[in-house]
Amino acid sequence: MKVESAVAKKPSRSDAPASISIKDTPVDILIELYTKMIRIRRFEEAAFQQYQKGSIVGFCHLYIGQEAVAVGSLSVLNPGDKVLTAYRDHAHALALGMTADSLMAELFGKATGCSKGKGGSMHFFSAEHGMLGGNGIVGSHVPVATGAAFAQKYQRNRGVTLCFFGDGAAQQGAVHEAMNLAGLWRLPIVFVVENNKYGMGTAVERSSAIKDFYKRADAYNFPGMQCDGMNVLDVREKFAEAVNAARENFTPCFIEAKTYRYRGHSMSDPALYRTAEEVEKYKHLDPILVLKSDLLKKGTSESQLEGIDKAAKDEAKASVDFAAASPEPELSEGIKDIYARPWGGNLLPKIEI
Amino acid sequence: MPVIEYREALNQALAEEMERDDRVFLMGEEVAEYNGAYKVSKGLLDKFGARRVIDTPISENGFAGVGIGAAMVGLKPIIEMMTWNFSLVAFDQIISNAAKTMYMSAGQFKCPVVFRGPGGAVKGLAAQHSQSLEAIYSHFPGLKVACPATGADAKGLLKTAIRDEDPIIFMESEALYGRKFEVPEGELLIPFGQADIVRPGNDVTIIAISKQRHTATAAAEILANEHKIDAEVIDPRTLRPFDMDTIAQSVAKTHRVVIVEENWYWCGIGAQIAESIYKECFDELDAPVARVASRDVPMPYATNLELAVLPSVDRVIEAVKQVTYA
Repeated sequence: MKVESAVAKKPSRSDAPASISIKDTPVDILIELYTKMIRIRRFEEAAFQQYQKGSIVGFCHLYIGQEAVAVGSLSVLNPGDKVLTAYRDHAHALALGMTADSLMAELFGKATGCSKGKGGSMHFFSAEHGMLGGNGIVGSHVPVATGAAFAQKYQRNRGVTLCFFGDGAAQQGAVHEAMNLAGLWRLPIVFVVENNKYGMGTAVERSSAIKDFYKRADAYNFPGMQCDGMNVLDVREKFAEAVNAARENFTPCFIEAKTYRYRGHSMSDPALYRTAEEVEKYKHLDPILVLKSDLLKKGTSESQLEGIDKAAKDEAKASVDFAAASPEPELSEGIKDIYARPWGGNLLPKIEI
Repeated sequence: MPVIEYREALNQALAEEMERDDRVFLMGEEVAEYNGAYKVSKGLLDKFGARRVIDTPISENGFAGVGIGAAMVGLKPIIEMMTWNFSLVAFDQIISNAAKTMYMSAGQFKCPVVFRGPGGAVKGLAAQHSQSLEAIYSHFPGLKVACPATGADAKGLLKTAIRDEDPIIFMESEALYGRKFEVPEGELLIPFGQADIVRPGNDVTIIAISKQRHTATAAAEILANEHKIDAEVIDPRTLRPFDMDTIAQSVAKTHRVVIVEENWYWCGIGAQIAESIYKECFDELDAPVARVASRDVPMPYATNLELAVLPSVDRVIEAVKQVTYA
């Protein structure tokens, strides 16, 4: 299969190296990237099925098609680094190492979920993994991410923050304010617009005055880059450079990952605003197929890759079983975690449940 | 005891807490090189340096979020809103993120950030700069709300707020910044959820929010001297948590209540307090609760119109007469 790049050939920066060649990346790394992407794909497919069955309620936004972005970018982080993303957050959580069980249980609203059933699909958090959400208000988490990076510089702990948002969020004022602050204060943060061409049902051409988002970095006095969000190695390379500059020199960066989601914006979206041909075109650029064909060329056996896929399917299925078998949260859980130390005495408001 | 301006009491609290804990920093518009739009942060840049006293661009939504993110990963930010009116452009950060992060993360991420600045009506500032926002911020679970009306309360509550582990809405009174109060030197911690009985009395309970405390005490003196009515004035000091015990004990003694606030009448904080009194003290009441609040209009500029909108000593006296059938 001929694989086309989703991005313009010319890198945005003259000093940006060409994509890592397949032969430069050790096979065990390639296998790890492949495994993470296919685990995300199978998890999301299982979530889709469970949503259809009614086991998952509320909003549910699937990441299918975009796997290379989360997997490639997060693969270059160090322990202690921080990550924030929007509501399409399942993949980032999995790529950071949160377990499929804890995520599926959260989708099911169970006590064993990563937020004990109190967050849901849009609010995955893990202090252990540096996952600061899972944020539902479009663009609202971008200033918060900037604050995490501010703290990293304040504490001089060599940490870096990655902040993901969509092309829709890129039009929010909060994003502008945050990027200006990051450029002004030279914070160790990488802003990532996952440009999947549509903010809900509105095409980028109908929402953005500029076609290439990464050029906006000029306005904030830090570098901007574009990467092929359908190619996990290209993502990995661009982020390795950006994260390193943030960590070593407090240089923020804005990376535009050109990507595509196969499903609608959320479960209720039939995606009538785009053609079947367009979706098909991108399915030929599928990040998992791209890497699979590279791995096969490199000599990895079909059966090994099938084994990885089977394990991913098993993991997703097991997570559904785990979630289904898990208990609902106790009603008393509903009134916990509102305040660090709940007040005693007759201090209204009381909570009756 | 030293007598100092309300703003100096706040300055002491900031300096003492920054001295005590390196995680505490102050961020906002004009807080550093300009020494504060209202001089609350005067001298702090010299004392603590630019790492910890940080000027921002005019980006309330942006730097409010920075405070939240920094708090989530272990710092203790103090975010100054030049006035609370400007917090409305940061409302999403405060409500969607500060108030809810700990809950959504099931306690994994606390958010110990203090949002502070001046609020309330101020002469001649007109509709967009002269209003009280205590009621709307008190609406949201996850936030704590303080509104000190004396120098000692300003200092003692702010020090408590900075040490707290939850997001705090700290609403200072712009009109009181220059007023002098007795304020203890050194350590002063006033717990949230502890009302202050400003003036004990037996005939009527006047619950007064923020600087209306001073309207209420002025009215109470006139009521005592000219009308033989002995009013008990209570300042709740914090609206979340709210000290209902002190109110209930007072109502059990006086059986009559007037609530004075600068919020607008409709959905003002007094509406909630009145409901709580009806629920907890119904059998104690000898008259319906009376409320004195701002008239339901945007603040006009002209002084005579402005005075007609705001609570006043006369309106408090009238309300007390109403509930005491005097």
